[in-house]
Amino acid sequence: MSSRRPTFRHPDLPENDLGYTRRDYEGAVSTLCAGCGHDSISNAIIQACYELSLEPHRVVKLSGIGCSSKTPAYFLGKSHGFNSVHGRMPSVATGANLANKDLLYIGVSGDGDTASIGMGQFVHIVRRNLNMTYIVMNNGCYGLTKGQDSATTDRGSASRKGHPSPFEAIDLCQLAIQMGSGFVARGFSGDKAQLVPMLKAAITHKGFALVDVISPCVTFNNTVTSTKSYQWVRDHREATATVDFIPPRQEITTQYEPGTTQSVTLHDSSVIQLYKSGDSLDITNRRSALDGLERHREKGHLLTGILHMNEDLKDTHAILETTDTPLNALTEKELCPGDQVLAQIVEAYR
Amino acid sequence: MMKLKRVNDFVIRFANVNGSGSASANNLFAKAVFRLGVPVSPKNIFPSNIQGLPTWYEVRVSEKGYLGRRGGYDFVVAVNGQTLRKDYDDLSPGGYFLYDSSRQLPDDFLREDITVIDIPLTQICIREIENPKLRQLLKNIIYVGALAHLLDMEFSVLTDSIKKQFRKKPKLATPNIHALELGFEYAVKQFPDTCQLSVKRSQKMPHHILMDGNSAVGLGALYGGATVAGWYPITPSTSVIEAFEKFTSQYRRDDDGKRKAAIIQAEDELAALGIAMGASWNGARAFTATSGPGVSLMNELLGLAYFAEIPVVLINVQRCGPSTGMPTRTQQSDLLLAAYASHGDTKHILLFPCNPKECFEMTADSFDLAERLQTPIIIMSDLDLGMNDHISLPLEWDDSRIYDRGKVLDAGQLEAMTEKWGRYLDREGDGICYRTIPGTHPTLGAYFTRGSSHDEYAAYTEDNDAYERCMVRLTQKWHTAKPLVPGPHIRIKDETCVQGAIFFGTSTHSAYEAMDQLGEQDIIINTMRLRGFPFQEAVTAFVDRHDHIFVIEQNRDGQMRTLLINECNIRPDKLFSIPAMDGLPITAGHITRSIKAIITPSVPPGTDTHQGGAK
Repeated sequence: MSSRRPTFRHPDLPENDLGYTRRDYEGAVSTLCAGCGHDSISNAIIQACYELSLEPHRVVKLSGIGCSSKTPAYFLGKSHGFNSVHGRMPSVATGANLANKDLLYIGVSGDGDTASIGMGQFVHIVRRNLNMTYIVMNNGCYGLTKGQDSATTDRGSASRKGHPSPFEAIDLCQLAIQMGSGFVARGFSGDKAQLVPMLKAAITHKGFALVDVISPCVTFNNTVTSTKSYQWVRDHREATATVDFIPPRQEITTQYEPGTTQSVTLHDSSVIQLYKSGDSLDITNRRSALDGLERHREKGHLLTGILHMNEDLKDTHAILETTDTPLNALTEKELCPGDQVLAQIVEAYR
Repeated sequence: MMKLKRVNDFVIRFANVNGSGSASANNLFAKAVFRLGVPVSPKNIFPSNIQGLPTWYEVRVSEKGYLGRRGGYDFVVAVNGQTLRKDYDDLSPGGYFLYDSSRQLPDDFLREDITVIDIPLTQICIREIENPKLRQLLKNIIYVGALAHLLDMEFSVLTDSIKKQFRKKPKLATPNIHALELGFEYAVKQFPDTCQLSVKRSQKMPHHILMDGNSAVGLGALYGGATVAGWYPITPSTSVIEAFEKFTSQYRRDDDGKRKAAIIQAEDELAALGIAMGASWNGARAFTATSGPGVSLMNELLGLAYFAEIPVVLINVQRCGPSTGMPTRTQQSDLLLAAYASHGDTKHILLFPCNPKECFEMTADSFDLAERLQTPIIIMSDLDLGMNDHISLPLEWDDSRIYDRGKVLDAGQLEAMTEKWGRYLDREGDGICYRTIPGTHPTLGAYFTRGSSHDEYAAYTEDNDAYERCMVRLTQKWHTAKPLVPGPHIRIKDETCVQGAIFFGTSTHSAYEAMDQLGEQDIIINTMRLRGFPFQEAVTAFVDRHDHIFVIEQNRDGQMRTLLINECNIRPDKLFSIPAMDGLPITAGHITRSIKAIITPSVPPGTDTHQGGAK
C-alpha cells in the first residue's frame, strides 16, 4: 500500500531560504505501526532537510530491508530513492555516490540490516569514508518478522517474547569510531530537539556520518524489560552536550559559561556548538569518545548526542582522486580515447 | 628410432615449478613464434598456489592456424623434478625430452622411442652468472636460447623481444641476452642436427595481435565508457580489473591528473555488484568482474537488477566448479547459473566471446545493451580465454560511435511530457520504460526504486494484476532483446546435411578443427556458433533444419544443451551432448572421437570426458 498525502497546502506555511515549505520534504503516508519511533525519525529528517534548505531533488535516499528501510518512502517525496536488498544499502550507496559526488546521500537502515546481515558492508563503507549520512533506526529487534532479538539487543534485555537476550550487543557507534568515521552520533527518536540539529550536522559533515537513533518498537520491544523501550531510554539517557547547529554566516548568539562549550567548524563553515554539562567527553578525540561510551555502558546508562567528529578526513572521492565533474556527466568525448590511441595500445600486443 | 619431423606443427610443453620465474621465459618463447608469423596458441596450466607447485605451459605451433588445445606433446622442457617422471612418460613417441642434466636422470628412465636432450642448466648458471639472485630466472632463459637452436628459430627474434621487453630498463636486457646466448651456444655445440621439429617464418598473420581476453575486456570497458567498477579479487577474473585500472590510469585523467574512473576493491562480490548497480542506477556506466563463486554470491542482487530494471555489466570469467572446484582450470559451467541467476522468475542476457577481439567488442557493446535494455548483461568468458594469450585480429574503434544511453529522460523531456510519467510505464510496447537519473529535475521524475513489487508508477503494490502486468512486460522486454544481442555465426556447408554442431566461446577453435578432421573423413556437419542469449529465431531454425545436433561445451551436464531445450522448445533426443569437463581446454581430438562414436555406433564409445589431465 502506498497512500499519498493530500497536496493541499496551508497558504501560510513558512518557507525556507529556497522557498520550500516543510511539506515539500514530506513523502507518502507511513504504513508503520502507530507510535513507531521510526516515524519520529522520518519527521526529524524532514525537519532537518527543511531547515537546511536542501533542494529535495539533490538528495538521494537509500535503504536496505526492514521496517526502517521502508521509511524513505515516507519522507522527501521529491527525491530519488533506492530500496535495495537486505544489508546491501552501503554498496549501492557507494556506487551511487561514485557516479555523482554532487548529490547528498541519506541512507536509512535498521539494526538487523546494519549490525547483522549488513555488518560487512557497514564497516567497509565507514572505512572508505563515503560522503553520506547513515541513519540507523535502532529498535533492538526484527520488527517486520515479528520481534526477534537483533545484534543490538542488550544482553539481558527482554522483548515482548519475554526471553532475556543471552548475547553481547554490538554498539554501532563504538564500531564506527573504531573504523574511523569522522562523525558519530546517537539520538533517541523521542527527543526531536536533540535529533534535528544532530541530523543537520551529520548531513552537512563531509564524509561518512553515522547517526544511530534508538527508536522503540511499540509493537514488539517496548516492554519494561527492554532497554530499547521509551521508558527505559528516558530513564537512563545522558547527553554528551546540547547541540547547536549554526549555519554559515549566522551569528552565534547563545551565550554559555566559559569552558563549557566546544565548537567544531564544518567544511561549509557551519559551526557545531556543544554546550556540555559535567564530565563530558572531548568529541574530537576518538579515545575520549570510546571511553565515554564505555563509562556510561558500565553504569547502565545510554550516552546520546554527538560522540565524535573529525573534519580532517578525506572522503572516498578524495582518496580515489576522482575528477571534479561527476562521473555520470562525462560523455564519450571525455571517456573514449578513440581509434588512434587504440592502435597504439594494440601495438604492445604485437 | 623414428624422430618426429615437422615444420610449424607441434606442441611443446614446459614443465616448471611455479613462482620460479618461468612464466616470462615461456612467454618469451611463445611470443617469438608469434613474431615469426606462425600461428601459436599458448596455454598456461597452473596451480592454485604462489610458489612451489607444478605448473605447465603448453605451446601449440600450427601453420594451419588451429588455436585450440591439441592434447599430447612432442617436445618437453622438463625442469620440474616433481613431475619429471610423468613429463617423461607422457611424451609422444618420437618426441624430444629436454631436461636439466645438472642432476642425473634416474636409472629407470629407459624409453628408447624418444630423444633425450641433456643440458646442465643449473651448472651453466652457477658457472656463468655471477649474480645469484638472477640465476634462477636466467636458468629459464637459457633453455629458451637452446630451443632457438633446436627448433631452428631466428635467434634475432628472441633478442629483439628481450630488447623490447626491457626497453625502459636496458640494463636488464644484457644478462637476459647473455643467458639466451649461453643456451643457444651450448645447444649448437652439443646437439647439432638433433631435433627435427622446427619453426619457420611464415606470413600467416600479418596484422594479428597476441592478447589475453581479460586485457581485451578491460580495454572494452575503457572504450565502452565505464567509469565505476566494484570488484573482489578472484582468479581468473582479477586481471580484468587490473587491465581496466592500468588503462584508465593512463587514458582517463583530466588536465589536473585527476581520474575519470573510480575503482573500488569491495569487501565481497555482493558489494562489488552493489557498487556497480548503484553507479549504473545513478547514470554512470559501471561493471564488475568475477568468476563462478562470485556469481553465486551475486544472485540476490542480480534479481534486484532484473526486477528493478537497473543496467549493469557483469564479466564472468568462468572457472572449474562446483564450489571452489579447480580455481585455476577452465570450464564453461556457469551457463545455467548465469542465465537464470536469482530466485523467482529471472532471466539474464549472456554474451559469449570466443577471442580477444570479441572480448573487446562485446564488453564495449554490453554497456549500450545494459542501458538500452535496463537489465544486467553478463559476459561469459572463461579462464582459457581470459588468462591465456590468443591470436586475434587487431582491435578497432569507430570514432563516430555514440554511446546508446537508452531510454533516459532529461529535464526538458520531463517538462514536455503531456501524460503522467511512470518509471515502469511501457509507452512503446517494447517492454522498456523510461528512467530518470537522480538530480535531473526539481519537481519531476523522482521515484522510489525497489525490489518489491511495484506498479507502473514505481509505487509498492501487492495488487496481483499489477504484479502480473510487470512480469509479462519483462517477458516482452526479453523478446525485444533478441535482435539486439549478437546473433549466431552459422556455416552451412551442405544444404542437405542433417547433422549440425553447436558451440560457443572457447570451444569454438577446437570445434572448427574437429569439423575439419571429420570433413577429411567425409563426415560433413553444419555448424552454429552461439554468441548471445536469448536465442534468436535463427538458432531455432538451425536446430529445426537438422535431425541431429551435437552440442559441444566444457561442462559435465551439457548446460547449453539444457538451455537450448528449455528456451527453444526442442525435442531433447535431437541434441547430443559433447561435453568436456576435466578443466583443460577442450581438444579437437576429443570432439572428433565423441561425434564419431555417436554417428558410428560400432566404434567403441569415445565419449569419456577425461582428456588426459595435465599429462
